[in-house]
Amino acid sequence: MSVIDRSVDIGGFVPQPDDDMLICRCEEITKGEIRKAVHAGMWTMTEIRRYLRTGMGLCQGQTCSRLVKGIVARELGVSPAELEPATARSPMRPTEMKVLGKEVS
Amino acid sequence: MENKNKADVVVVGGGIIGCATAYYLSKRGKSVIVLEASENIGNGGSSRNGGGVRQSGRDPRELPLAMYGIKELWPELSKELGVDCEYHKDGNLRLGKNEKHKEILQGLTDRAVACGLDVRMIDADEIKEINPYLSDEVTCASWCPTDGHANPMVTTLAFYKKAREQGVRFITGEKVTRLRKIKGKLREVYTEENLYEGDYVVVAAGYESREILETVGVDVPMHQELCECLVTEAEPHMFDQMLGTAEADFYGHQSDHGSFVFGGMSGLELNNKNTGPKNSPSNASITSPCICRGIMKYFPALANAKIVRTWAGYLDICQDGVPVLGFVNEVPGLVVACAFSGHGFGIAPAVGEQLARLIIDGATTVDISGLRYGRFKAKI
Repeated sequence: MSVIDRSVDIGGFVPQPDDDMLICRCEEITKGEIRKAVHAGMWTMTEIRRYLRTGMGLCQGQTCSRLVKGIVARELGVSPAELEPATARSPMRPTEMKVLGKEVS
Repeated sequence: MENKNKADVVVVGGGIIGCATAYYLSKRGKSVIVLEASENIGNGGSSRNGGGVRQSGRDPRELPLAMYGIKELWPELSKELGVDCEYHKDGNLRLGKNEKHKEILQGLTDRAVACGLDVRMIDADEIKEINPYLSDEVTCASWCPTDGHANPMVTTLAFYKKAREQGVRFITGEKVTRLRKIKGKLREVYTEENLYEGDYVVVAAGYESREILETVGVDVPMHQELCECLVTEAEPHMFDQMLGTAEADFYGHQSDHGSFVFGGMSGLELNNKNTGPKNSPSNASITSPCICRGIMKYFPALANAKIVRTWAGYLDICQDGVPVLGFVNEVPGLVVACAFSGHGFGIAPAVGEQLARLIIDGATTVDISGLRYGRFKAKI
């Protein structure tokens, strides 16, 4: 893990023509919202997810996480490989409360 | 050459307590550096709790902070920080089903009333009026209409965002290894690679505060417990109250998003195994099913709601169950803010605002004397 000063200047937010493109379909988050969040200081996949809800919906980011990572990396001027993915969480597939709660008889 | 790692205040810990303290200090013109060990802001309990903003059920020693925050800070917080923190002040129901539960709830209610809180016991009919989705087995509850909930992850990041806009320097991946006094006053903060200096040092690093504080001879008696949260898919809107039960089977609420966020325990928290990486603890397999059973006991209507995600986090539980807050006589320049014992989120704005007053004005306006470090004494 590297030491990162969050005050380093990454430049301002510059609007792009495709900013209204939906990236996270489950939670309906656009490219522009993700790019703005980076400029608000959300520099990790985990912070983006907690701030915007990207990857927090039914598919749990299985569709959009690579796309989000690419957008965040470009905005920060780093390689996507430098960004840690957000942690995957059980139960991996949506599971009814009555099923999950039944692990004992 | 001037050390560029110098500020009026160095805050150790980028959770909601550290972020809120940095925000209120910078709002009053102080320069602040926040050092966070993990790569994410708000990576500990700040993003691993049920979002309760409540006063009922709280210890009389921390109740003044809880009441102050709800009266003075939470109502305008989203506007002030420029981010919707999803704050709701729609009351807290603490539910019970039998005489034993009623006794527990009555005890909590009596203690809170003695502190001037508007909380009372209500019967089954009134409970149904407030929340018609509850099981018919619920026969009693304590009701505090000024309690509520908010989104803990967004609120933490909102404090961070606004503090950063106000010029606070946040540095992540920067693990503090020791503190050092200069001429009898705390001044230097060492990390693995760097040295930071401040006129004051706030230590708000959750359980990890303990080993940091030990380097200046301060030992906060606390331990860790691994607790869990879960969230359902979005459901049609049902209710806006915060919920809990007499026996703490679960706690939680329905978020603005529509999902239900619940937290709870299995009873084995002292020894739960963390199956995830150290910086992002993972679940014990028995806990979320236990929380589900607890919820269904009170909310049979939610049995078909789908759980989409579960996550875990450590509580920093103090020996006597309330935080350690404020100056420490033995170490001038040190401000301690840890051992929140699972009560940190709701009081975080009040803690941050009052610690800013303590550092700038020399005193808080809310009585935090019951939370001082010096309170721990051997029994004989």
